[in-house]
Amino acid sequence: MSNVLVFIEISSTGKISNTAPALLAAAAKLGTPVAVVATAPGAGAGLTDELGALGAARIYVGESDAVGTLLVSPQLEALSAAAAALEPAAVLVSNSVDGREVAARLAVRTRGGLIADAVDVRSDDGKIIATHSAFGGAYTVESTVEAGLPILTIRQGAIEDQASPAAPEVTTVSLAVDAHNSAVIDEVNDPVVDSERPELRGAAKVVSGGRGLGSKEKFVLVEQLADALGAAVGASRAAVDAGYVPQTSQVGQTGVTVSPQLYVALGISGAIQHRAGMQTAKTIVAINKDADAPIFDVADFGIVGDVFTVVPQLIDAIEARAN
Amino acid sequence: MKIVVLVKQVPDTEWERKLEPATGLLDRLTGENVADEINERALEVALRYKDSHKGTEVVVLSMGPASTTKALRKALSMGADSAVHILDDALAGADVGWTAEVLAAALKDSSFDLVIAGNESTDGRGGVVPAMVAEHLGLPFLGSLNSAEISEQSVSGERRGEVGTLTAHASLPAVVSVTERSAEARFANFKGIMMAKRKPLATVSLRDLGVDPAALAGTGRSVVMTASQRPARTAGKKIIDEGNAGIELAEFLVAGRLI
Ligand SMILES: Cc1cc2nc3c(=O)[nH]c(=O)nc-3n(C[C@H](O)[C@H](O)[C@H](O)COP(=O)(O)OP(=O)(O)OC[C@H]3O[C@@H](n4cnc5c(N)ncnc54)[C@H](O)[C@@H]3O)c2cc1C
Repeated sequence: MSNVLVFIEISSTGKISNTAPALLAAAAKLGTPVAVVATAPGAGAGLTDELGALGAARIYVGESDAVGTLLVSPQLEALSAAAAALEPAAVLVSNSVDGREVAARLAVRTRGGLIADAVDVRSDDGKIIATHSAFGGAYTVESTVEAGLPILTIRQGAIEDQASPAAPEVTTVSLAVDAHNSAVIDEVNDPVVDSERPELRGAAKVVSGGRGLGSKEKFVLVEQLADALGAAVGASRAAVDAGYVPQTSQVGQTGVTVSPQLYVALGISGAIQHRAGMQTAKTIVAINKDADAPIFDVADFGIVGDVFTVVPQLIDAIEARAN
Repeated sequence: MKIVVLVKQVPDTEWERKLEPATGLLDRLTGENVADEINERALEVALRYKDSHKGTEVVVLSMGPASTTKALRKALSMGADSAVHILDDALAGADVGWTAEVLAAALKDSSFDLVIAGNESTDGRGGVVPAMVAEHLGLPFLGSLNSAEISEQSVSGERRGEVGTLTAHASLPAVVSVTERSAEARFANFKGIMMAKRKPLATVSLRDLGVDPAALAGTGRSVVMTASQRPARTAGKKIIDEGNAGIELAEFLVAGRLI
């Protein structure tokens, strides 16, 4: 079977990104999954067991002192070197901020064909076919690459499979990274993750709050309901703009797209750009004071009411049931 | 300083957006076509620098169908100095790769210091064209900036990450992209709209850029095979809270095995 390269992102603290399992599972459907990582010299060995457990049949480690100082360039060099050495049938990359840039630059270098934001992949007679969910899920689109190496970015949280574990063979090479045409990292500000809450992307349940919550202090109500339901916390753009929550919580057109079993919208009007990020949820619940709010057009259960009276009562009812 | 801002015309997100079922290509005829909001923020970043640095030249560049002039005129009315529109029938069905190759060809000889783009369009959401342009030009790329600080020699800012942010810089010339957390775009005033009518808007073809359409065809391209519309959602039950809606909702969730 032909090699399928998977770009594995490593966090600033050396952890394998949570996008790795889905990418390796997708690669296993297309061929032999090869994990490609860029690390500081000597740091690759510690990743072997975990990547093997996630299904990497082979690991290609590109080592460079520039990892952590040059933005994305060492990662691009590692993937370029692997693409040159291993004659891959396809390259899979997460549709993340870094992943997209690596995929984009690799596509230009290899004159390959770039497919962005796939939600699934399959191989049909050796031809790689990607599925997309376009315009907030209003359309399902299939695409392929006409000529050249297919390079795909995969939407985070879209694929849930996991590949069977493998005992990977490791290749380590040293990378030459040209600092001249690279941006330089000055400082990394990753927050300490203190939450037990599920991550928004891929969560089975999501509770989102909008401008209707009124303040950062009162937004806590959204978190309380999320915790009672074991849900992730989301938000509208207006709530993010108002500073109630960080940008990473934004659901919608220009935020995260979610497709959970349950989506609860609190004090969100349901602008078309918000709906684009959540309307493929299995069940949608909305609570809004305004009976004409467009969110009710997509809600399976809508309550015209005040979130500050309805939600506390709901939380009490959930807790009473749990006891 | 010469700053080029990349602009894309997209269907207005305020309306239902459509794909043509036969080709899977964007239906540009129904609904309004506008300059993508994110490009207006990119332009705003450039204009703010121009406001405080006399002699700065801001050019807007777009590849797209004939109707794209509307988005470019809007950018001129906001304060850009001139516009370049790449228009060629051979570009129908161009994917991100072709688009980047053509934009790079237009930028190559334009002696710019900085290219500013939006981090991702609202229609394709690919978010890859600016980085591809940078690679074609062999320049540093600083993508997804929540804020951008421009100086004579470099550009720096806060870059969005998956969990947090980081700060980074690149020396000029460079390509950057900005997020919707960056500068809120100004409105074009009446004077700006009147002045825009006299500002230069050049239309160039692939031949003008020295791009051979046959050579483009040798580059890998992604193509749509099928596009199908999902049935629209319908509204379910809607109740007015009369004091126990929270309890009714809990019952609904229990019935659906959601709690
Ligand atoms: C290009 C573009 C991209 C965009 N991308 C996104 C995106 O990704 N995500 C997104 O969300 N938006 C996006 N938007 C913005 C979008 O158009 C809306 O402005 C935004 O979604 C509104 O957020 P909201 O519903 O919280 O605020 P509002 O529209 O102000 O709604 C607040 C709601 O709260 C209700 N309310 C107030 N108080 C209470 C109460 N006590 N109890 C119950 N209900 C109450 C009100 O009735 C109202 O319906 C985008 C816009 C553009 C132009």
